[in-house]
Amino acid sequence: MTMLKLTLKRIIRLGFVSFWRNSVVTLASVLTLLVTLFAIGGMILGAAFMGGVLANIQEKVDISVSFKLDAADNDIAAMKNALALLPEVKSVEYLSREQELADFKTKHQDNALLIQSLDEVGNPFGARLNIRAQDPTHYEAIANFLQSKDQTAAPIIDQISFKKDIVDKLIAISRAARSVGVAVSIVLIFISILVTVNTISLAIYISRDEISVMQLVGAGDSYVRGPFLVEGILAGLIAAVLALVLLYPSVLWVRNITAGVYGGIDLATYYFTNFFQLLFVLVLSGVVLGGVASFLAIRKYGAV
Amino acid sequence: MIYFNQVSKIYPGNSVALNNVTFTVEPGEFLSVVGHSGAGKSTLLKMILAEDKPTEGTVFFESTNIHELSKHAIPLLRRRIGSVFQDFRLLPDKTAYENIAFTMEAAGRGDEEIASDVPYVLELVGLGNRLSSFPHELSGGERQRVAIARAIVNQPDLLIADEPTGNLDPINTHEIIQIFKKINDIGTTIILTTHNKGVIDDLGRRVITLENGRVARDDKKGRYVL
Repeated sequence: MTMLKLTLKRIIRLGFVSFWRNSVVTLASVLTLLVTLFAIGGMILGAAFMGGVLANIQEKVDISVSFKLDAADNDIAAMKNALALLPEVKSVEYLSREQELADFKTKHQDNALLIQSLDEVGNPFGARLNIRAQDPTHYEAIANFLQSKDQTAAPIIDQISFKKDIVDKLIAISRAARSVGVAVSIVLIFISILVTVNTISLAIYISRDEISVMQLVGAGDSYVRGPFLVEGILAGLIAAVLALVLLYPSVLWVRNITAGVYGGIDLATYYFTNFFQLLFVLVLSGVVLGGVASFLAIRKYGAV
Repeated sequence: MIYFNQVSKIYPGNSVALNNVTFTVEPGEFLSVVGHSGAGKSTLLKMILAEDKPTEGTVFFESTNIHELSKHAIPLLRRRIGSVFQDFRLLPDKTAYENIAFTMEAAGRGDEEIASDVPYVLELVGLGNRLSSFPHELSGGERQRVAIARAIVNQPDLLIADEPTGNLDPINTHEIIQIFKKINDIGTTIILTTHNKGVIDDLGRRVITLENGRVARDDKKGRYVL
């Protein structure tokens, strides 16, 4: 075994042993790390939930263009092709007059009077294009495009409608909710990072006599600092796993109280499908946080 | 082996710990340094361990100027010096065995060597049966023996002991001094500071007496005169 490997093995072993023996200090570090990691996990899940709501609302928005009854099919087709070429447009769906009528009839099949009067008037529906935009902010532009395109001698568009006001409001509300949620989480995470760094600093401050003894018996820097670093990383690792475990009941609880929220995603499913990403993020945050906190503290209190 | 050349140490606030101290310690010597509290005894030892720097003058360990050593070389110097303190300074969360093994590991010694040497030195100081005791489970005398075992396990050229018997009863004091004598007999240079008249008279070796940071006496076969 090379010297480096031997030293590394010893440092890791020393770290594990003191992690186990300094149970009070270890517990304090793991708990504060747990709070931070739980907040981080909560923020990820919260953002995913609000993202789901937002995407769902956006999915429902479209522009509906109804054409005049006498609009020629090839004019409509030309309009459709022109729209499909726009980069802002995600999809264009064509509904013919006959389809419109059939849809209406199915929808109101119980209303005999309505169906009967329809038969007398003939088909009152114009053909229709349903347009989905890449992004809800694009609707205005698409509507303008349609209007300018229709500035001809014989306009074919009867009406351009989109549920802009409601949709805009919904989007604004969800965006605000998401921003506030993220901001609150960031503040919480920042506070708990400070608490964690302080707790670990304190733990190492308590050990400063021990550190000076290690230095007096001729231990080099890496040999003195290494085990503390290992302890910090270990605390982060354990806190990450605990945080992930504790997130599960929280997810179930949130799922139950948000079951009626429009467009919300099932967080429990999200938790499982993204389990390894969550684990990765939490372990990485925990290890980095525990390691960096230990590193900073040992530099502060472990000076030769 | 150790050479103090016109060493002065003035702490902030103009308190003079050492004042123009010059002396030499030959290899194999057993030197005791005596003096009142605050006479500068501990400062002297701290300089040898590179824990403290002189304000003026130089301290040599063999041909090395201790205070010109780089940060990385200091641990290497300390591995050649065993140190024992009045308050033992054991690592509280480590057993007697681990305390000693730590010093060997830090010096980069092999696992097999550690497994054979640690029980051997503990046996040497009479603690062969307390390998897995933690410091808080040991008496003062036993803790000091662990500290001595730790100090000698890397076979240092020099052993320094700062009031090693300060916290011990007369019987333990006598026994600890006997251990030091044995260590000196096998060729290890020892520098010891003490308040204890009995220890000095018991040893009958060279004594340097410090007074207000100055060398007041340097007797080949000293007695405690203060």
